[in-house]
Amino acid sequence: MGYEPQADFGTPEVRSDTTVTLTIDGRQVTVPAGTSVMRAAAECGGSIPKLCATDNVAAFGSCRMCLVEIDGRRGTPASCTTPAEANMVVHTQTPRLEKLRRGVMELYISDHPLDCLTCSASGDCELQDTAAQVGLRDVRYGYDGANHLGLAPDTSNPYFDFDPSKCIACSRCVRACDEVQGTLALTISARGFASKVSAGQTGDNFLSSECVSCGACVQACPTATLQEKAVKEIGKPERAVITTCAYCGVGCTFRAEMRGEQLVRMVPWKDGKANRGHSCVKGRFAWGYANHQDRITKPMIRDSIDEPWREVSWDQALSFTAARLNAIKAQYGARALGGITSSRCTNEETFLVQKLVRSGFGSNNVDTCARVCHSPTGYGLSKTFGTSAGTQDFDSVMDADVILVIGANPTDGHPVFASRMKRRLRQGAKLIVIDPRRIDLVRSPHIEAAHHLPLQPGTNVAVLTAMAHVIVTEGLAAEDFIRERCDWDEYQDWARFVSDQRHSPEVLEAVTRVPAHALREAARLYATGGNGAIYYGLGVTEHSQGSSTVMAIANLAMVTGNVGRRGVGVNPLRGQNNVQGACDMGSFPHELSGYRHISDAATRSLFEAEWGTPLDAEPGLRIPNMLDAAVDGTFRAIYIQGEDILQSDPNTHHVAAGLKAMDCVIVHDLFLNETANYAHVFLPGSTFLEKDGTFTNAERRIQLVRKVMEPANGFGDWEVTQELARALGLDWNYAHPSQIMDEIARLTPTFAGVSFARLEAEGSLQWPVNEAHPDGSPIMHVDGFVRGKGKFMVTDYVPTDEKTGPRFPLLLTTGRILSQYNVGAQTRRTANTVWHAEDLLEMHPTDAENRGLNDGDWARLTSRTGETTLRVTVTDRVAPGVVYTTFHHPATQANVVTTEFSDWATNCPEYKVTAVQVMPSNGPSEWQESYASWSEKSRRIATEAAE
Amino acid sequence: MDTAPLIHMANQIARNLAAQGEAAAIEQTAQHLIAFWDPRMKAGILAADPTPLSPIARAAVERLRG
Repeated sequence: MGYEPQADFGTPEVRSDTTVTLTIDGRQVTVPAGTSVMRAAAECGGSIPKLCATDNVAAFGSCRMCLVEIDGRRGTPASCTTPAEANMVVHTQTPRLEKLRRGVMELYISDHPLDCLTCSASGDCELQDTAAQVGLRDVRYGYDGANHLGLAPDTSNPYFDFDPSKCIACSRCVRACDEVQGTLALTISARGFASKVSAGQTGDNFLSSECVSCGACVQACPTATLQEKAVKEIGKPERAVITTCAYCGVGCTFRAEMRGEQLVRMVPWKDGKANRGHSCVKGRFAWGYANHQDRITKPMIRDSIDEPWREVSWDQALSFTAARLNAIKAQYGARALGGITSSRCTNEETFLVQKLVRSGFGSNNVDTCARVCHSPTGYGLSKTFGTSAGTQDFDSVMDADVILVIGANPTDGHPVFASRMKRRLRQGAKLIVIDPRRIDLVRSPHIEAAHHLPLQPGTNVAVLTAMAHVIVTEGLAAEDFIRERCDWDEYQDWARFVSDQRHSPEVLEAVTRVPAHALREAARLYATGGNGAIYYGLGVTEHSQGSSTVMAIANLAMVTGNVGRRGVGVNPLRGQNNVQGACDMGSFPHELSGYRHISDAATRSLFEAEWGTPLDAEPGLRIPNMLDAAVDGTFRAIYIQGEDILQSDPNTHHVAAGLKAMDCVIVHDLFLNETANYAHVFLPGSTFLEKDGTFTNAERRIQLVRKVMEPANGFGDWEVTQELARALGLDWNYAHPSQIMDEIARLTPTFAGVSFARLEAEGSLQWPVNEAHPDGSPIMHVDGFVRGKGKFMVTDYVPTDEKTGPRFPLLLTTGRILSQYNVGAQTRRTANTVWHAEDLLEMHPTDAENRGLNDGDWARLTSRTGETTLRVTVTDRVAPGVVYTTFHHPATQANVVTTEFSDWATNCPEYKVTAVQVMPSNGPSEWQESYASWSEKSRRIATEAAE
Repeated sequence: MDTAPLIHMANQIARNLAAQGEAAAIEQTAQHLIAFWDPRMKAGILAADPTPLSPIARAAVERLRG
């Protein structure tokens, strides 16, 4: 499309069962009751001048520009704050109104720089447009009076500037921060003429304030006061393409606003059903990695990992790769080969990688990075509900009365959804947080958790079973729901199990460290507080009992009847953009797309007929099993698309040993990541801006990813995989990812009704989309569970094998923060490093004092597996005995410390529980220094021409 | 083949299913190994010294032989 600003109806949409019909400028319009006159006028094609109104925040009524006249009423009310009423007759253009508006506009312009010709917002400025709209011709007051023109700009934020000289004090930015983002970082300081938009406290600038750089204020600003630096540097966009963000599992849709082939800015799309026009600092601003100098755009090969890389042509790279794979297959058999799909790549690309492994390599040794995050979700929800996905759409949270957040930190990990959740909490929903850390949600502006249960890491199952104990033994179970929707006999067995006194909060307090009375109160609130919705993250799954915890969560939802309608449900917050999709696409070694086991002959025959080759009926290796088998010598080659297992997977030393033992490691990525240090082939990848496809977000919403610029390497990732398949002799001829989706739809019952054409027409679809659910499924299990009867699963608390003791007395738990993403490959190559330049170790003041550590000191973090050093942040966000860090930076390699203990059912690593010791240090460890040296050597690229 | 990780995994599966009752736990542990373990892993645990296996895990592994 060409460049058109997004439509702005002035005030938010109102949903009502009743409508009113009124007349505006002679035209009849019918709108939901409660709609403003301004919005009603906009909906019938009118345009009332406005400055302080915008449709993502509540009406404010301050600018006096949107005045109207209404028959039978006195005065000139503001149309933004006046609700439409039946039979109302409104006039938006009269001589009286025109005079009033011009007069107000004169006042605004008398204190505004007259620099439209050189202003970076010229042509995209609501003040400029409105001045023209009201017919401003002169300013009677002149420009010499008291004004704000000399105020200095604040350029502290790396992505946008604040120029108070251009501010009209409309408060749109302040209200966007309050209502849309929910951070309340901005305010109007002082009074009267001295009123000024201010970030944080006196003395703060935007960077030092509480501002989280979500961009809501920039989007709301009607002038050039808050504007992206990129617009100033590059110029006004000329066209916009709707696409889907490639960061977290929220799946925000954006307008990629372009000038020629250059991306100027990413602006959240108001019609996006996942984000509803909001964004976070990553999706909105942190896309600079796409053009970073570290991008590798030419294929490279080397015979040995000790050699420097050689740049070669695509043909040479693919021939080299195919020859190595064929030789390994001939010598060791098909089961010596495998691949890893990426949750960062599209559904179509993921589908092709697993197809290549199964039909080209000839094994089922395919896995995905969901192995190390949400594989227990797939297992647990499949067992209990019958399908491996969350039950709700994001909008559902607005109908929740009690929100239970366990093992998730939405304001950092899923910030756009967190803003929606915070809005509901500000409306009065109750909050229960179960987390070892005092995450921001526990207490933030206008929000305070009713209960924060700071459990001992590793005791999720004990806490949830104790909650179930309270609900069952206190008679709070929803028996009618259970009898109708679940297997009653299984429920009775489960109820007997949880009712045992050994599962009472009082008995388990010694294990969980959660006060029994607090746990009882939380359980009662969840069971009786109305619609109860559970949201969880990797603090649930990345444990030795990750799958048990997911099942315990499902049990809680079923026993309280909180499944199958709006406002309730079980909601896994997926980490990466396409975790859900990667799982849906058959990336796990035991199942084909749509979660059907590889041993099922009928399902396998469908694929065999479509692909024209027999498939192995035995499950393949999971990632950790691949590494074990590599060390054993039975697994020799791997194709890794868009994943850095050396940095992200546990026990770095073991991962390195596995990779080093292989004969052919193929890394297909944007950058020479840490895994590539052990690779023989590097195939350059493409960013989400450079290809077409689809992502599926945490609410099962399938959305289009659209190419906005040509790939720097010449090919989309799906094309590279196709070329590799052809080099191996497979006759693949996809001309566009839409054809891959057509194949997915043919083979996958839950995707049967999905096509690019439908996604183009409808914006998004939530699977299942098929004959039974032709329009998709925002809420699942409405009329019954997918598996038939909901299944209560007995989940006994089994302590982890990872124990603290005299040598390792502290428990380390890992996670991520707002500004960085996963291994940081993308965000470390953006200005987001201003907020997080290195991994830090959070430590309780008592633990720090006992070790003589002060804030900012270097500390050595040691476990049974390895050690690294990093700086300490002393904070009471963590409990005594618990330390926390992130894994965003390869210089730290936090996973040198984590262990190979994993979830019993899925082998999802136990990242959240590692026994460690922390002691003072004077700088990087010997291992860090030697790794840095090795890494630098491994990244050498030979300067001579390739043969 | 290093069978120590396989022994650990099998025991962990059995231990987490033990609350289902012995018979069910044996059956479910066996089914889990069949459904999720690669053939070399199954062969590996069948060839391993069963001494370190828990009773449930050992009985489940025995079912793989059938």
